[in-house]
Amino acid sequence: MGSPPWFFRFSGRLVRWLLPLTVALLLVGAFWGLLVAPPDFRQGNSYRIIYIHVPAAVVALAGYYVMALAGAVSLIWRIKMADVTMRAAAPVGAVLTAIALVTGAVWGKPTWGTWWVWDARITSMLLLFFLYLGVVALFEAYENKTAAARACAVLSLIGTVNIPIIYKSVDWWYSLHQPASIKFTGESAIDSSMLYPLLLMIGAFYCLFALTVLLNMRAELLWRHRDSAWVQQLIGDA
Amino acid sequence: MYFDSLSSLWHMDGHGIYVWVSYGVTALLLAAMVRLPISRFHRHWEWVKSEQLRRVSAEPTGAVDGQKD
Repeated sequence: MGSPPWFFRFSGRLVRWLLPLTVALLLVGAFWGLLVAPPDFRQGNSYRIIYIHVPAAVVALAGYYVMALAGAVSLIWRIKMADVTMRAAAPVGAVLTAIALVTGAVWGKPTWGTWWVWDARITSMLLLFFLYLGVVALFEAYENKTAAARACAVLSLIGTVNIPIIYKSVDWWYSLHQPASIKFTGESAIDSSMLYPLLLMIGAFYCLFALTVLLNMRAELLWRHRDSAWVQQLIGDA
Repeated sequence: MYFDSLSSLWHMDGHGIYVWVSYGVTALLLAAMVRLPISRFHRHWEWVKSEQLRRVSAEPTGAVDGQKD
């Protein structure tokens, strides 16, 4: 895993089957959620935003763990591939958090009568967005990339405090945001006709996250190792 | 299929604008999210390739020059 040439070849093969799988899952999930699933008895058709809002939010949170874990590995063991992973995950997480925030605001208008409230869940998601942007900006701000990776790792690890707050905010505080509909323990508060396309879309967003992080990592590796023998040979042979 | 016509799918009982705007914005952001690293990869690839070509064309051709005499 720590060898850039091996990872570059392996990720190239992975991307080739992850791309069609992601596109297929997204198309089937969106078709099912938009056209086949029944409307919600209280929210009507506006609830169909759930099929992008929830997957984006779930994967944005999971993506933060990936970034923070890579940050910890980079800080403790000084593994360069961990720096590359952290840097690759940050912009993807920022886009997914932005999607969760935008679709949440659009969904809020017909449901709550407002685009935005300074609610615990929404505010902590906004903080997550700024944490992702902070990591992206820190990487760019430093001339010395080793120092940049260290600063980003520290910021990522400090930001992990925010993740349980996001998860539990709807239980800890009085909130406009509804509690989680899918539960790992106990019965989910969502009918199976709506649940299956949602699970499919969550799977699709996980695949999309993996795909985009891999693409970012490949671009970064190519640039960092542009003078190395393996990149020179790879491009010379192509 | 829940909707019986394209018009009812578009309007979604008055919620169409919210749903389609959400899906549209998401599609644009996701497309950009995937497109950007692919373009960056190709840009880097082309840069390394052009550097290789530049180095090859700048190499001295002493042996050939020597034969002229």
